[in-house]
Amino acid sequence: MSDSTHTGPMLAADGTTLKSSLNRALRRQKLRALMLIAPLLIFVLVTFIAPIADMLFRSVENQIVSDTLPRTTQMLGDWDADAADIPAPQVFEALYVDMFIATERKLHTRLGSRLNYELTGVSSLFRKSGRKVEDMGEVYQDQFEDLDKFWKKGANLNALFGAPDWQAAQAAWDTSDKKAQPKFKLRSGLETVLPQASEAFDVYARFTQGEDGKNLSKAKPWALIYSALYNDLVAQPAGLAALDAPGADELRAAAARVGDFDTVDFTAAFKKIDKDWVSQDVWRVIKTYSPRFTNGYFLNSIDMKKTADGPQMRAENEQLYIKLFIRTLFMSLVITGSCILLGYPVAWILANLPAKTANLLMILVLLPFWTSLLVRTSAWKVMLQQQGVINDTLVWLGLVADDSRLALINNQTGTIIAMTHILLPFMILPLFSVMKTIPPSYLRAAKSLGATNWTAFWRVYFPQSVPGIGAGSILVFILSIGYYITPEIVGGTTGTFISNRIAYHISSSLNWGLAAALGAILLAVVLGLYWAYDRIVGIDNVKLGG
Amino acid sequence: MKLTKTLLATTALTVAAGFAVAEDMTIVSWGGAYSASQKAAYHDPYSAKTGVNIINDESSAEAVAKLRAMNEAGNVTWDVVDVVASDAMRLCDEGLAMEIDADTQLAPAPDGTPASEDFGELLVSDCFIPQIVYSTTFGYRTDLVGSTPPTSVCAIFDTQTYPGKRSLEKRPINNMEWALLCDGVAKADVYDVLETAEGQQRALDKLATIKDDVVWWSAGADTPQLLADGEVVMGSTYNGRLFSLIEEQKQPVAMLWDAQVFDLDGWIIPAGLSDERKARALDYIMFATDTQRLADQAKYISYGPARASSAPLVGKHATLGIDMAPHMPTDPENAKNTFLYNYEFWADYRDDIDAKFQAWLAQ
Amino acid sequence: MNNEAFVEFERVQKSYDGENLVVKDLNLSLPKGEFLTMLGPSGSGKTTCLMMLAGFETATHGDIRLNGQSINNIPPHKRGIGMVFQNYALFPHMTVAENLSFPLEVRKIGKSEREDKIKVALDRVQMGNFAGRRPAQLSGGQQQRIALARALVFEPELVLMDEPLGALDKQLRETLQFEITHLAHELGITVVYVTHDQTEALTMSDRVAVFDDGRIQQLAPPDKLYEEPENSFVAQFIGENNTLEGVVKEIKNGSALVQLDDGSLIDAKPINVSKPGERTRVSIRPERVEYNKDRLRADAHTLSAEVLEFIYMGDIFRTRLRVAGRDDFVIKTRNAPDQVRLKPGQQIEIGWLAEDCRALDA
Repeated sequence: MSDSTHTGPMLAADGTTLKSSLNRALRRQKLRALMLIAPLLIFVLVTFIAPIADMLFRSVENQIVSDTLPRTTQMLGDWDADAADIPAPQVFEALYVDMFIATERKLHTRLGSRLNYELTGVSSLFRKSGRKVEDMGEVYQDQFEDLDKFWKKGANLNALFGAPDWQAAQAAWDTSDKKAQPKFKLRSGLETVLPQASEAFDVYARFTQGEDGKNLSKAKPWALIYSALYNDLVAQPAGLAALDAPGADELRAAAARVGDFDTVDFTAAFKKIDKDWVSQDVWRVIKTYSPRFTNGYFLNSIDMKKTADGPQMRAENEQLYIKLFIRTLFMSLVITGSCILLGYPVAWILANLPAKTANLLMILVLLPFWTSLLVRTSAWKVMLQQQGVINDTLVWLGLVADDSRLALINNQTGTIIAMTHILLPFMILPLFSVMKTIPPSYLRAAKSLGATNWTAFWRVYFPQSVPGIGAGSILVFILSIGYYITPEIVGGTTGTFISNRIAYHISSSLNWGLAAALGAILLAVVLGLYWAYDRIVGIDNVKLGG
Repeated sequence: MKLTKTLLATTALTVAAGFAVAEDMTIVSWGGAYSASQKAAYHDPYSAKTGVNIINDESSAEAVAKLRAMNEAGNVTWDVVDVVASDAMRLCDEGLAMEIDADTQLAPAPDGTPASEDFGELLVSDCFIPQIVYSTTFGYRTDLVGSTPPTSVCAIFDTQTYPGKRSLEKRPINNMEWALLCDGVAKADVYDVLETAEGQQRALDKLATIKDDVVWWSAGADTPQLLADGEVVMGSTYNGRLFSLIEEQKQPVAMLWDAQVFDLDGWIIPAGLSDERKARALDYIMFATDTQRLADQAKYISYGPARASSAPLVGKHATLGIDMAPHMPTDPENAKNTFLYNYEFWADYRDDIDAKFQAWLAQ
Repeated sequence: MNNEAFVEFERVQKSYDGENLVVKDLNLSLPKGEFLTMLGPSGSGKTTCLMMLAGFETATHGDIRLNGQSINNIPPHKRGIGMVFQNYALFPHMTVAENLSFPLEVRKIGKSEREDKIKVALDRVQMGNFAGRRPAQLSGGQQQRIALARALVFEPELVLMDEPLGALDKQLRETLQFEITHLAHELGITVVYVTHDQTEALTMSDRVAVFDDGRIQQLAPPDKLYEEPENSFVAQFIGENNTLEGVVKEIKNGSALVQLDDGSLIDAKPINVSKPGERTRVSIRPERVEYNKDRLRADAHTLSAEVLEFIYMGDIFRTRLRVAGRDDFVIKTRNAPDQVRLKPGQQIEIGWLAEDCRALDA
């Protein structure tokens, strides 16, 4: 009774409070349990969560545009896409710089493919422009070289732009030994005098040494550097007079002459490559897809398109995905329904037969699992085609005229038949295991209470088998929503699913962003349906067994 | 102690395996008779000559997607990949295939003609070395067309004379061109017309006249099977498939050489290989695309060699013993009215027209 | 209780496999209002008989009649027989009220009448407050009360109960035994009750049919069954019993002289023996054995016995003896003030009234 008078916290044997002692013991237990499941947890995270996260990321990711054309997209910010004018000349000059670098890095065609999803023709526009952009700035290079032979040699430029300590290291670098090339360092203070040329040279040097893996001492400088140099010199920078570097004299001499240089009209030069460059469509697409993240893929997934004026519906003859989503859901429902109709009696028979016979029949039910999906589907082709087994039999029986054989394949019927067969075990198994747990005495009780066979089944047996139907339906429905091999083979044009388009975009068009957006929508639809199911039927009402 | 030993042993094994891998080369192709012809004509002689062990991977159908995935993962396991020209262009655009200079990295013709001239216009991409010329053409059941076997590609639109189903590939490429040709567009103008939305609609409208009679195929083996089963009266497929259906399986099928679409299949080398592997892949390609090797492949399969200099060297079929030249899509008799596939056009319009085509199919 | 047969089995046979008979030539007839228990070990055919009566099994041969009408071809739901199952068989997806409502609904009884009947039925089993519960929320005893109420709610004249109390603990079982008999008599219904528990059979029934090997071994009221078993199976099966084996020496004046296997002689009442020389198994209840010589007839045969064990059980003493070479002979004596408590090792003489000892089949 002394405990009841004790007012402080309960103490464990070692004097710590009982609570903290208990917590410690429990924590150790939890930690041990966590360590036990850690490999599985990591496996699930890596193989399940990570791909889904990656997919969701891809469906909005759009960094390629601003990464490839950083200067252009930045300058486009001021351009009014609704105006009738094409962007200002500065934008074209920025485009020249971006395209030049992208072409050297072989990234321009990749961007072309990306934007071609949004505007037909961009792919070849970029491919074509890439080759010609390299020549565009040569006007400046030629004039510099005509001015002084000094400008012809890459080594001279290295000496001008490179920091002295880098130059020493580069000179000491022995190409035959395995050491890495000393990393280029810009002469300090030069970027204030020659800002554009310094930047261009820096990009050139880093690319040559890095991605290209070439010896900078022997490389031939890009034409881009000369056009940048022209821009810098024509502004007559203040620091030029005081510049102390190899080639500073040549630089000053050039600065005195650049005013007489022939100049390049980049707008005209791009127009010469392709008149599409001066069309607003191309620029609108570039501007629309400038942000690093986009909802464009999602809009495409619901038959809309992202335009400068906001989302718009696509033309009637281009609408596809909403129709496919609806068709996928509808057909999955039909397949689930036919699986219930066929699977319920089979499961009932299995559950009510003696164990020995039931096991034998169960093997027959599971047999489809042991055959490859492709073989099963192809077998249905042989069965269902117009010269196939079923039609031949019907004609032979005289039920169908030879010239009006039934079209059972290459349409929705084919998909429904083949997929019902393939997914049937997923319905039968949960149904069977639930029915196994319903004692026969319930039916007897119902009959003894005066119920007919049908009433006893419908009011007593059936409600108790509903959890099995629920589990089977969820399995079949979700599996069928994601099927694409079977619909592809037997579905023709009216029996294909949204997954077929996803597969197409993954493997053929390489439009992974759109595929990811379609997949994300499908995932959302499935989760939504699951939520609705939980609200209406209750997820507790799903039993896979026992 | 024991753990250390195990680790050491494992490391040693891995290193040893690494050296073993150095002598392996993974070549990706289409599988089936086509891979077999490559093995006989290229792989076996190359292995005999260099000792390199060639591993065949039959993934060409998914090559584009897989190469992109490998590239993103930074672990390209393929050395040489066989793809169709349009895929090669896409891979090149995506930076997934390396550029190959024909004149410096390929063997010249026996008479010294540089490779770029020998291949000529067939070098449609900087990354692509063509290997064969194939054509997509039509086969028809000789027993189902009555006394007037078709002579023109437009027979596919003539359901009056040739009732029954016809099989077409489930994609716009080729079908759109044929539709316009049979709608009265001159061959030279087909792509100009197809560039416009009206032209695309015109092609779809023409296809709509036979929409109910078409079985759409997606695998190359489909049409031969459909013809053999009598499911279709005519259908498009690759000429090599029809050759084996007619000459090897002796089915009552004949080939229609009209407005068949010339296309190319060939090699690319994935971007991002190590210098060592790149060098070996280039060495293989130089060997496998020389004049004699390309002519050799025609002994096993009825596709035309991509080099002009190989054509005179085409001999007899290795097992059937029949003269292969008349079965080549490049044979003058067969190539009287061919249609040249416009790669540039489809690289631009594929996504757009495919979307419209699929929307049309789903209607 | 009138004597007109309400339920009748006539030459009923049942076989499942076409080779063995589970029920062999069953003849049984019970009048309206009777509480009949089918008692027997498992596999004796009692449940099969019940299922045939309910209509869930069909008789292979013979006739089952209800109220004079053959019901062989009437499906179970038209027989109008109430039934209570061992595992209660309450529908888990329905509330108690819905369970009770079910038989009324299928009989198309109106809503208000249904509600009245449900209320009456639930009150009858003292479960009036549980109408809204689900079966899973009830204890075993409560569930069985509901099952009983459900079987009675549509007012059947015949109720079948298949080991209804088998899953309950002893105390609850006894309470319910009383309630069931009470209800049955109060409502005047006919009950066929199946159990393997003999105490249950004896305490509840008007008559008990003891089943073994597919036959009714004896059909009698509980007291008769206990005191006058007609064969050694019944004697063994019902209550505690001492068995001795021997040969009939002579039969006269309704009494048989039996020589046991060790040579000693005893008196017995001939039941299944008719002539000297037959082997017999004599049966004597432990409480009818007498060791106080004064209480035995002078000419009665006695047997000498050695006390092996004495067990004090409160109201009675249980003493185990070695008799005629067997050491499983038990006697029971009342714990009365004058009662002698035997000690192990003690030598005594035991005997009995000839009519208490029954010479049965061997």
